[in-house]
Amino acid sequence: MIPELGHYALILALALGLIQSVAPVIGSIYRDAPLMRLANSTALMQFVFVAASFAALEICFITSDFSVAIVYENSHSLMPLVYRMSSVWGNHEGSMLLWVLILSLFGALVAMFGVNLPSTLKALVLAVQSWIACAFYVFILLTSNPFLRLTPAPFEGRDLNPILQDPGLAIHPPLLYLGYVGFSIAFSFAIAALIEGRIDAAWARWVRPWTLMAWMFLTLGIAMGSYWAYYTLGWGGFWFWDPVENASLMPWLAGTALLHSAVVMEKRNALKVWTILLAILTFSLSLIGTFLVRSGVLTSVHAFASDPTRGVFILCILVLFIGGALTLFAWRAPMLKQGGLFAPISREGALVFNNLFLTTACLTVFVGTLYPLALEALTGAKISVGAPFFNVTFGPLVLALLFAMPFGQLLAWKRGDLLGAAQRLMAAFGVGLVVIGLTYAVEGKQPVLAPFAVGLAFYIMVGAAVDLVERTGLFRMPLRIVAARAGGLPRSAWGTAVAHFGIALSMLGIIAAGSWGTERIVAVKPSQTISISGYTLTFDGLSQQAGPNYSAVVGRFTVREGGNVIGVMQPSKRSFSTRGMSTNEAALMERGFGQLYLSLGDTEANGSLAIRLYYKPLVLLIWIGAVIMMLGGALSLSDRRLRVGAPKPARAKTAMQPAE
Amino acid sequence: MRRLALIAVLFALLAPGAAFAVRPDEMLKDPALEARARHISEELRCLVCQNQSIDDSEAPLAHDLRVLVRQRITAGDTNAQVLKFIVARYGDFVLLKPPFQLDTLLLWSLPPFALAAGLVGLIVMARRRRAVPLQPDALSAEEQAKVATLVEAEPAGR
Repeated sequence: MIPELGHYALILALALGLIQSVAPVIGSIYRDAPLMRLANSTALMQFVFVAASFAALEICFITSDFSVAIVYENSHSLMPLVYRMSSVWGNHEGSMLLWVLILSLFGALVAMFGVNLPSTLKALVLAVQSWIACAFYVFILLTSNPFLRLTPAPFEGRDLNPILQDPGLAIHPPLLYLGYVGFSIAFSFAIAALIEGRIDAAWARWVRPWTLMAWMFLTLGIAMGSYWAYYTLGWGGFWFWDPVENASLMPWLAGTALLHSAVVMEKRNALKVWTILLAILTFSLSLIGTFLVRSGVLTSVHAFASDPTRGVFILCILVLFIGGALTLFAWRAPMLKQGGLFAPISREGALVFNNLFLTTACLTVFVGTLYPLALEALTGAKISVGAPFFNVTFGPLVLALLFAMPFGQLLAWKRGDLLGAAQRLMAAFGVGLVVIGLTYAVEGKQPVLAPFAVGLAFYIMVGAAVDLVERTGLFRMPLRIVAARAGGLPRSAWGTAVAHFGIALSMLGIIAAGSWGTERIVAVKPSQTISISGYTLTFDGLSQQAGPNYSAVVGRFTVREGGNVIGVMQPSKRSFSTRGMSTNEAALMERGFGQLYLSLGDTEANGSLAIRLYYKPLVLLIWIGAVIMMLGGALSLSDRRLRVGAPKPARAKTAMQPAE
Repeated sequence: MRRLALIAVLFALLAPGAAFAVRPDEMLKDPALEARARHISEELRCLVCQNQSIDDSEAPLAHDLRVLVRQRITAGDTNAQVLKFIVARYGDFVLLKPPFQLDTLLLWSLPPFALAAGLVGLIVMARRRRAVPLQPDALSAEEQAKVATLVEAEPAGR
């Protein structure tokens, strides 16, 4: 009964979505307020029905109802509750349901919190949001119904893929989808603005919080995924330039560009057309990501061709929305008036530079990800594009951008002073140079470029703070005044500094762990000792343990530093009998911001145990930096002008009255 | 690959029986040679995996390739010679950084071309913009006369 209710709720959501796709548009044409307001109720109810549908699927998984096909295929009655709950989205059908759940959540949020939006704009935004939702409801109902039943119902499920039986599955996909799908709001706003043919600074002020929110979730989602891969895969890599990862990186790069160009539009009423285009492109990249992951095209072009229903359906959605949006853009964008002139050397100019580099970086990832697919489809030739390609193409772009970043923060609007900014950055340059020298002295000359990158990271960290130091009068004024001024600064200024500081921290972590990490790949016998970077590990032996739905072999290693025992590391290998698969659970031990990383391999013929041991200095900074970037976004989001949502409703009505 | 987003990469890895990528018994005694082998391995794709280097992969084929790389290094090949040797047997597909040639022309040139085009476009736009507002054309005599009549026709204070 419950699966059928869930199925029915989804159909009802589609029905509401169809109403919401049409009614507000008609309302906006005839200035019919009740028709436009209808979208508020339907958006809320759509969310309620999709949530009900999602809850129904959750109940099926929690109660292990194996008469439902995807529960049978992806769950097991012995699995812990948290994994039964998260395995809802550990499969294609369920994860698409999560996708539309989040989409309808954002629609409902706009309906609830967009109180001071002009009514026609809000109606159109909700309509566009509903077009996207309907396309995906139909996709789920026709090609990926999560509620299909099996008769007779099997007694036991086939278990979730052991790799997914991890807290990471509970956190990572929802965060990632909140980011991906969150960009749909910026897209809907862009389409609504193009349909209306008017766009102004207020538009940017409404779009920015939504974009910022999506960006924060995506940042956290990507970082979380990277940490998950790091501790699961057993060799301590954290980014692989895998097409699936690239699919999430592209919207992030475009979204970051969008955040920055929206600032220019909000403050200076410039870059309107470009901002609209970025809003369209960012969500388009989210859609392309969904296509890449869901269609099977990544495994091989042939896999896609052999079972094309889902792939072709998503491809149609893709063509319809991206093609439609870009056509609308080409038609309407020339009508938007450009405003806000600025000199090339200015804050605006710096943000344009930022956008140029971020979009080029995004293009690099796009080309690198899709080129092999296109080449194989067109000529049959197979090539591989992997990490070494991206290191030489993507790397320099990002380094150039990072170097320029502190300058951007210090240039004035309209017309800036590059030399002046450089002088104000003297302290940052100084710190950077000293750090380069120190790094050479301490770590030696290998690898050659790493100390420069470390210096760059420190230069960015100090550079991020320069603006704040100057504006609060730190080091010049009494502390009391500094504190008062610090409190008076707009939160967005703090947000910028914190986020830029965060990216430098991530960079530092990536360089340190990559350049000065050490590894030992050895075979050990009980009571044998291995040493790495000042630590010694003694292998105490192996033991067997039983988990709820697996059995594990656990190795025990005593860790010493300078003769003193500082802890025990217990890496394990788990065997899951239902699927006949095993997973590798690495043991991690924090040493400051660095980590000791130990994972088990096979037992060798002579009875000794193969292990992989790493010391990764500062590796935690990679993810801490990402969290700090996210916090910078949160600070910026709490800025008064976004919170208050100026202009005031009364003024907004007069200011945004349609031109006719 | 129909399964979940980022973790799709994980599936390819965990073939039944998790093992190691580089195994202790295949490593070379000389740390300098071994470091070279690792460096080369990172450039080579595991042919049966999805987008993994042989250094990261635990597939048997990747193991064979790692051993082959180490054999060539011990035999005295330079890094370039090793790569050439492997490519001669397995084709360009084995290189994670595709060679610059006719069918990869777009792949390599599109990003720098886009950056250059963007820069040029921005410079042109900046020039054009500056030209327009800063040096408005002087009014022709006809326009001057028109302005004069308009100013006179318009009563003050409106």
